[in-house]
Amino acid sequence: MPAIELTGLVRRYGERDALSGVDLSLQMGRTLVVFGPNGAGKTTLLRVLATLLRPHEGDVRVLGNAIPEQDWALRGRVGLIAHEPLLYRELTARENLRFHARLHGVGAERVHELLERLAITDRADEPVRTLSRGMVQRVAVARAVLHQPELLLLDEPYANLDPAAVELVAPLIGAGIDSDRPRTRVICSHDPGRGLAEADLVLGLRGGRPALLAQAGAVSTQEIAELYR
Amino acid sequence: MYGKGLRALSISTVLAMTAALALVFFYAPLDAEQGFLQKIFYVHVPLAIVSLCGFVAGGLLAIQHLRTRDAKWDYRSYVAIHMSLIFGLATLITGSIWAKGSWGHWWVWDEPTLVSFLIVFLLYVTYQPLRFAIEDPERQGRYASVFAVTAGAFVPLNFIAVRMSSSFLHPRVLGQTSNLPGSMALTFLLSLLAITLLYVTMCKYELAVKHTRAQVRALRRRLEGHAAAGAGRSAAPSGLSGGAPARPAPIAPGPAQPEVVAGAAGTSAFKAGSAPGAAG
Amino acid sequence: MSAATGTRSISPPTPAAVPAGNAAARKGPRLWPTVAALLRKELLVELRTLESVPAMSLFSLTTFVVFHFALNKGSVEGDLAAGILWVTLLFAAILGVNRLFVADAEEGGFDGFLLAPVERSALLFAKLLTLLAYLLVVELIAVPAFAILLLATPLWPALPGMIATLLLGDLGVAVIGTLVAALAVRTRARDLLGPLLALPLFVPIVIGGARSLAPLLAFAHRSGPSARWLLTLGLYDLVFGLIAYALFDFLLED
Repeated sequence: MPAIELTGLVRRYGERDALSGVDLSLQMGRTLVVFGPNGAGKTTLLRVLATLLRPHEGDVRVLGNAIPEQDWALRGRVGLIAHEPLLYRELTARENLRFHARLHGVGAERVHELLERLAITDRADEPVRTLSRGMVQRVAVARAVLHQPELLLLDEPYANLDPAAVELVAPLIGAGIDSDRPRTRVICSHDPGRGLAEADLVLGLRGGRPALLAQAGAVSTQEIAELYR
Repeated sequence: MYGKGLRALSISTVLAMTAALALVFFYAPLDAEQGFLQKIFYVHVPLAIVSLCGFVAGGLLAIQHLRTRDAKWDYRSYVAIHMSLIFGLATLITGSIWAKGSWGHWWVWDEPTLVSFLIVFLLYVTYQPLRFAIEDPERQGRYASVFAVTAGAFVPLNFIAVRMSSSFLHPRVLGQTSNLPGSMALTFLLSLLAITLLYVTMCKYELAVKHTRAQVRALRRRLEGHAAAGAGRSAAPSGLSGGAPARPAPIAPGPAQPEVVAGAAGTSAFKAGSAPGAAG
Repeated sequence: MSAATGTRSISPPTPAAVPAGNAAARKGPRLWPTVAALLRKELLVELRTLESVPAMSLFSLTTFVVFHFALNKGSVEGDLAAGILWVTLLFAAILGVNRLFVADAEEGGFDGFLLAPVERSALLFAKLLTLLAYLLVVELIAVPAFAILLLATPLWPALPGMIATLLLGDLGVAVIGTLVAALAVRTRARDLLGPLLALPLFVPIVIGGARSLAPLLAFAHRSGPSARWLLTLGLYDLVFGLIAYALFDFLLED
């Protein structure tokens, strides 16, 4: 069963098409990297896959479930790293993570484990607003993988991270195995080099339309740069 | 879509209104206490009834919108509420004139219907600013529908609450519609019919105008809009050639999102009534 | 296909109905534990920031002073007392309503909650209980202050009836306040739209609440509130509670 199957996905914003006619199929355990200029629809695509936006036309199946009819079946199986960290600034990192853990039915040990793995433990009890952007991003990553999702949706996940932090984060969101299941990932990226390196499948969006869809091996950084022209 | 039957409706409205006016001025008896001024009752009360029903109808249409997510229900709900607001304003004005004439004050608090009407009016006046303050058209429609349902439920509840709080027990004229003498009853019913027809006709006009405008916009976009969209290579089997867009952008053929309504609404209601040629 | 006409997503089915093909979704907590988790977060944020409750309380006290000068009265009773108290509480409530969803809209993001495998109405209940809690705390301060500053009649005998009235009224204010707050928070002029939407909807609560309180605070003192007004308040609360429950999910979507 493919992890993601899109057929003619259309999502409108008023009279404009934020996404018009996206087709693709992503197998389990694979990584799809989405390129495109700002406003091309990358974030919209991610939000549709996360069940936060309803498709207006077309068929969307994520992890075998049709959206929007069965979106409830997907909740708790998808992890999202968005532009905003989705954290309450006045609460500490630990409190934020404990809150999300409760919502997902995850125990406190997992929070503790993630705080350690991401080297946040010594700042874990200070309000998030006092943390640097890099640290906040790390906490956001922890929030996203807390419940060991089958599908990771990542909007420029390495933004604001220094190389040391990237190394800490990569095992959690990089291609890999989580409790015997390979991670399926959709990553929005502006970095052709790194993006291509991680991709199995590449989608290039422009003005909501799929301008490019190919296996990673068949795409050059040149073609990706074309998208931004 | 909305133009059908518009001419027949307009004609019947004009006929009904003429007949009602004729009855009001020449047939209905002169009220012993209030004299000629009492005839405002034939305008004021039907306006109130139609307006209130319109608000509730707006709520019901909004429920349909939330259930089906079809924008056309949002359009209808919007127009119903918008028109009811106008009729509501007319209600308040005629009520005020009547109050001044009958009791010497431009406003009286012991007329519970009028008072609860004022509250409802103040609530619905926020409908358009609410719509206007939300940019995402789909969310705008959804939030507006939530408001319309809440406010629609509020109308009867508010009416009851205000009635209960009214400390004056002697029956008001408004409450006396059930024991009107024959000639007054007939005039009243005809007025009610006329104003209902007026409401429905004006709603239909506004819907037709909006719908047509939206279709024109959609056509214009199709003609000029999507020229330079993403040309490119794709592994998907749709077979494109360089330079052509991957696929034509799907245009909604039906009524477009009513995001236009927020800005244009203020003027269109008055245009609708005077531009029969433009519609259907 | 079906996406365009969007049948609204139905709530999660019973476990037996989940198709065996899907990997078992980790089930989140049920409704009330979710409400508890949310409530805990709300109160934690409020304790940390002390944004709403102190402001609402201070506002009430200041308003009493303003009323004294505006009405040029040293003490009030009956209708006037009931009216001043309710108006003050309502405007204080509006301060709370304006802040209710702001942290979620601006920081925590509804997204985090929407992605969790929980019932969405839990958020409605949690916010409602939060607002209710705020109102109760504010009243603990404002009512004695009112008795000291403005009330001509003794507070103690009126207290049981007053508590009943305030509780029912507060519940209505909390329901409507939460609904209006959710409606207004993601609009451009949220601080203006909130009060404009809420005040007309509050009118029946004012009617019920003030008519119920007035005889308790009058010189010709009555011992208990009239059942009729309490019943009215209760019914209003119930109807709007149901409406809020039915409509809330539509406000959470994007």
